[in-house]
Amino acid sequence: MTTVADAPPTALVEPPAKPRKKRGRFTPYWLLLPGLLWLVVFFALPMLYQASTSVQTGSLEKGYEVTWHFQTYLDALGEYWPQFLRSVLYAGIATVLCLLLGYPLAYLIAFKAGRWRNLVLILVIAPFFTSFLIRTLAWKTILADGGWVVGSLDALHILDVTSWIGLTEGDRVLATPLAVVCGLTYNFLPFMILPLYTSLERIDGRLHEAAGDLYARPFTTFRRVTFPLSLPGVVSGTLLTFIPASGDYVNAQLLGSTSEKMVGNVIQSQFLTVLDYPTAAALSFILMAAILIMVTLYIRRAGTEDLV
Amino acid sequence: MTAVTRWIRRNLVVLAGLLTLAFLILPNVIVLVFSFNKPKGKFNYAWQEFSTEAWSDPCGVADMCGSLSLSLQIALWSTLGATALGTAIAFALARYRFRARGAVNSLIFLPMAMPEVVMAASLLTLFLNMGVQLGFWTILIAHIMFCLSFVVTAVKARVMSMDPRLEQAAQDLYAGPVQTFVRVTLPIAAPGIAAGALLAFALSFDDFIITNFNAGSTVTFPMFVWGSAQRGTPVQINVIGTAMFAIAVICVLTGILVGNRRKKHA
Repeated sequence: MTTVADAPPTALVEPPAKPRKKRGRFTPYWLLLPGLLWLVVFFALPMLYQASTSVQTGSLEKGYEVTWHFQTYLDALGEYWPQFLRSVLYAGIATVLCLLLGYPLAYLIAFKAGRWRNLVLILVIAPFFTSFLIRTLAWKTILADGGWVVGSLDALHILDVTSWIGLTEGDRVLATPLAVVCGLTYNFLPFMILPLYTSLERIDGRLHEAAGDLYARPFTTFRRVTFPLSLPGVVSGTLLTFIPASGDYVNAQLLGSTSEKMVGNVIQSQFLTVLDYPTAAALSFILMAAILIMVTLYIRRAGTEDLV
Repeated sequence: MTAVTRWIRRNLVVLAGLLTLAFLILPNVIVLVFSFNKPKGKFNYAWQEFSTEAWSDPCGVADMCGSLSLSLQIALWSTLGATALGTAIAFALARYRFRARGAVNSLIFLPMAMPEVVMAASLLTLFLNMGVQLGFWTILIAHIMFCLSFVVTAVKARVMSMDPRLEQAAQDLYAGPVQTFVRVTLPIAAPGIAAGALLAFALSFDDFIITNFNAGSTVTFPMFVWGSAQRGTPVQINVIGTAMFAIAVICVLTGILVGNRRKKHA
């Protein structure tokens, strides 16, 4: 039994999924039914409810009615555009930082780690098992005022640069945009590293040798061979980082101040504290639409089968 | 000097990668160190003095261990649910050709491509409209929903990479469809199913955003941590965080060791 289970998947010669036709014409539908029903009822249907809520007017006491009040969208955008902008900006910076930080580590695991590969992979994944909230709170300690991180950043005059750009204020890092971006980068970094690693690992090592034989310098090999071949990982990594980061409100809440609030914070407080459901639904719908447009553009280019 | 710079240049990627690894691990180290802290005041953010008080009394904080066991229960049930539903979908997608394949693929992909806050808010809208009482069941429903797609992805990848000739061989050797499935297909798909289940467990156990919207007054462990970030962070939180980390690493390492030994025997 073990020998069968351990048969390497690389032993494939024929293309795998050969559809069986004769027996069980309805089998796939029976297999799909329960799971898809779950997704339709608890994922798709709620989206419709949310769309309908966003065009309702009324109050908590009197109840809400659909009045096609699209003004809610304009009001929401008019009032909360800074939070939207901040979400896109912070998530964008965090995604770029994740790519810059994550690529060397993914490269290290794929090509340089040798027999340490599994250990490094475990170290990338294991932090997940400490609740991310606890780990985000740890950044409060790391970035504390007068701590060694802030102290050395200050001594190296990095804080002067960041406060000139507007990322920090004075000699503080906590409760500034930098802290929020740092938290976002940290929290979503594994989501960048893992797809990058998967696509780097697939690259045939002989291509590097071939490039070397053709007198390409290491950097040229990277630019012309390795990087283009890792593009699928780059694209799915950036999506997996940017999407959750743009809707996040935990980092802004724990590491930022009131002037770092992102759109997630607004949706959360409108929904759970202010109880202004139409505005919350409209904001959430705008965020969803923005993300959907991005993803659709991506699917056009890459096809869904690659992603799922 | 030139030798040193040359060495640095040659190993630049390795050095950069190790720095990133340090960045990833640093918070866990802080969580570990501060689990031995004896803070002044309510918040455990600044180092005071060494103490093992929290480790000798991990459940000494009101409601914390209750929320932890609730989180474990929810994670267990949602792993079971999502793995069962997701494995079935994965087999259908990998093995059969049917109508509306594209639509099914999109429906599975979309939950992974949606910010959590959007799913959380819309699910809450549904529950509010239906007048559903928020609590254990609404959390479970939500967790199965967002874990499902990840299980499908993990299992499907494994089933797709399976050699169909193995099943044909089983059938040539007079194995019936059930026997083929139980003795051949399932053992080969098992690592994918295990990976999917593990992912579902981790995602469910650590979920905060969706739970926060749909929990009502029920408190899971992440919600307890969130609340304590406002009220004051007990050291015991760090104890739990460190213990979970250690248990996970030990489990994975034993898994790898057992796997290696089996390979050697086979």
